[in-house]
Amino acid sequence: MRGNAAIVGVTDAVSPTGELELTGRALEAQMVRDVLDDAGLSLSDIDGVCHHGSSLQFAEYLGITPTFTDSTNTGGSVFEVYLEHAAAAINAGLAECVLVVFAQTPRAGRTAAKRRGESPPQRGRPMMPGPNPMAEWEVPYGLQGPVGSYALAASRHMAEYGTTPEQLATIAVKTREWASLNPRAKSRDPLTVDDVLASDMVASPLHKLDCCLVTDGAGAFIVTSAERARSLRRPPVYVLGAATAHDHMMISQMPDLTTTPGAISGPKAFAMAGIKAADVDVLMGYDSFTITQLLHFEDLGFCAKGEGGPFVESTDIGPGGALPTNTNGGGLSYTHPGMYGMFLIVEAVRQLRGDCGERQVDGAEIAVAHGSGMVLSCMSTSVLGTEATL
Amino acid sequence: MTSRFEPPTTDASDPFWAATREQRYVVQWCTTCALPIFYPREVCPACLSAGALEWRESSGRGTVYAVSVQHRPANPTMADRVPYAVALVEVDAGGGTGDRAGATIRVMSNIVGTDPLAVKVGDEVSVGWEPLSDGRNLAVFAPAPKRA
Repeated sequence: MRGNAAIVGVTDAVSPTGELELTGRALEAQMVRDVLDDAGLSLSDIDGVCHHGSSLQFAEYLGITPTFTDSTNTGGSVFEVYLEHAAAAINAGLAECVLVVFAQTPRAGRTAAKRRGESPPQRGRPMMPGPNPMAEWEVPYGLQGPVGSYALAASRHMAEYGTTPEQLATIAVKTREWASLNPRAKSRDPLTVDDVLASDMVASPLHKLDCCLVTDGAGAFIVTSAERARSLRRPPVYVLGAATAHDHMMISQMPDLTTTPGAISGPKAFAMAGIKAADVDVLMGYDSFTITQLLHFEDLGFCAKGEGGPFVESTDIGPGGALPTNTNGGGLSYTHPGMYGMFLIVEAVRQLRGDCGERQVDGAEIAVAHGSGMVLSCMSTSVLGTEATL
Repeated sequence: MTSRFEPPTTDASDPFWAATREQRYVVQWCTTCALPIFYPREVCPACLSAGALEWRESSGRGTVYAVSVQHRPANPTMADRVPYAVALVEVDAGGGTGDRAGATIRVMSNIVGTDPLAVKVGDEVSVGWEPLSDGRNLAVFAPAPKRA
């Protein structure tokens, strides 16, 4: 599968206010127009569709008749899962041009409800069909979702390995440095470790500034065969490796709160790509919270288990540093509409194309997009590379 | 205090909730696999058999595995409890004195009866009960009395 499929179009929509004007299908349709334009393809070229709601409804709306369809929902990592599935489907000859689309507008949704005089949509745990162990065994105890689950993971990591609040805050500070270089990022003002520690405690040990933003956002990408990719408008970004793993749904069932299933998906994707951690030029790790990114450093093998804290003290993950991480400004400072994994792939592709302007990582050849879904539940790792890496 | 969100039940978990009416903490086991099972299931997740499931009585003692103090309520029923401690607790699974004497299950709960900000990973706790509206009781944990 290595190098047999490539991403040939990307787009995303974000806003400095965090709120977009378009919502729903209108916003998705804009993403489809933009991504087709970026790729130099037309709607009639699309024969595969991935949508986290209903791929049937989405395809119906645009009159697409796909022969490959995927509405898997693993939470925010699902876009890395779609990329993996799309690359496998293309490799197997099931489809040639797969479109992945996403739009989520929590802020515009609240504004629209207010305008219509309705009560705003309640934020809460996702509704799951079938038996609901979470309602029976977790909800009565009042853990805030999702931050409380990540706070429990941080608590355990601190107790087991001596990780400090300052080390976690360093991740937020470095990510903000990247955001300051991105004119499209929502939060761009300089940030210090003291700022993070002085922000409100939400769920100990996580402060407000350990948490991602809540913004509107949308995006899309198109995957096609390597052969077809070479005839299109932009330099192809090849899928070198991809792997997914999940080991729980709710946090109380997570086998070890200090090790995510990224410890499985990461090495598997790296092995398929034939790379080591040291080969990664740009790391796009799903930073729903500072602890999430710290766990990624360990589970992907950038440092040993338990050493994520000292790692972020000794390794510069900011602009000009040894391991450029979350160069768009991340979920912490760029955008985070609830399912952020789309933006990991979009930024990874832009870095490998050399499209990132002031925040461009010079000579970037290999980028990793590492998605985290639900509450550290489902990890999906995509290794992407330029033509030179084939 | 405001009444809590009341947990639903399933056929598999009915024996657990029935025991809470008598303030007993019971744990499901598969006797074939010598494995404590949480949450309660229709079959053992290791051998997929329904035939060897049984319930054993826990001492109700446990150890805090992870803890997070909630400074905002997760929902309106918890508003008057802020700040409150939510923990994952490793609870004695009732393995008795044999090979599985130290077996535990890990469950979510609240740590009550103490300053929530003082609760730490590794603290020893023991079960207590808060009444639900239908006669069931909700298991919560408080710092354990020191052992003699």
